[in-house]
Amino acid sequence: MESFTPIASTIGGVLIGVAAAGLLMFHGRIAGISGIAGGIFRRQAGDTEWRVMFLVGLFAAGVVWHYFRPMDYRVEIDRSTLALVIAGLAVGIGTQLGSGCTSGHGVCGIGRLSKRSTVATVSFMVTAAITVLVVNEVLGGSI
Amino acid sequence: MKVKIGAFLGGLVFGVGLAIGGMTQPAKIVGFFDFFGSWDPSLAFVMGGALVVYTPVYRWAIRTWQRPIWAPAFSLPTRSDIDWRLVLGSGIFGIGWGLGGYCPGPAFTSVGAGSREALIFGLAMLAGVGAYQVLMRVREGRAGGPSDRPAATVIDG
Repeated sequence: MESFTPIASTIGGVLIGVAAAGLLMFHGRIAGISGIAGGIFRRQAGDTEWRVMFLVGLFAAGVVWHYFRPMDYRVEIDRSTLALVIAGLAVGIGTQLGSGCTSGHGVCGIGRLSKRSTVATVSFMVTAAITVLVVNEVLGGSI
Repeated sequence: MKVKIGAFLGGLVFGVGLAIGGMTQPAKIVGFFDFFGSWDPSLAFVMGGALVVYTPVYRWAIRTWQRPIWAPAFSLPTRSDIDWRLVLGSGIFGIGWGLGGYCPGPAFTSVGAGSREALIFGLAMLAGVGAYQVLMRVREGRAGGPSDRPAATVIDG
């Protein structure tokens, strides 16, 4: 529990909520990162620019915030390149097949009281917990 | 122009929120799911903080606004059925999240922060997203229309 950060995490969550609420009020869109990214590949007229700009904003946040607080991007878990590639592929394919990720289902979907998003969130929480259990308890925390 | 700047600012605030909340530290994500080690409940506070803001704003805007400020209509998910794609896809996503410690938003913003791990993870993630979407486009093209309505036309989030 030594790394528990309730205040910072609540503040971060509120900022995420403000950004998601802004995207809804101004653009009428759901702030689901996997959905925003997936839509770029579908190339529908007039639908691509806002998606690209949102992701550019996310990227820029990393550039700027890392300058002030590099410690917020520490990794501190032992993962091989192969494990990272498999994990990335699973997140890429899984979020498209499942129509959303932590932001789209976990925040916006649950915020909309969507049954689908609640089921999706339970599903990815359960498999993430099982994966961490296997990696930490069976493989000794390193893969 | 304002739409583009607005989307950029949305991404910027979202990304800073992810970093302050601890979502860009894979050890904190793994720690949230590590019930048998040193459990770190921080992730629940990130989701709680976001929901406290988003839930009432959503209800208010959807009930009282005819349309969003810069768009002709709200673009919202309409499905309510639970299908195998939703459960299986989300399950696969969870495996990747637990394995790599990044979900899509933190991966994008951590690449901006210069993280080597996020770059490897992020490139594989984009390859997965792109491969799935291109495959779906090809399938729709062959069928002469959206053959795969759920995955193709409606994204929940």
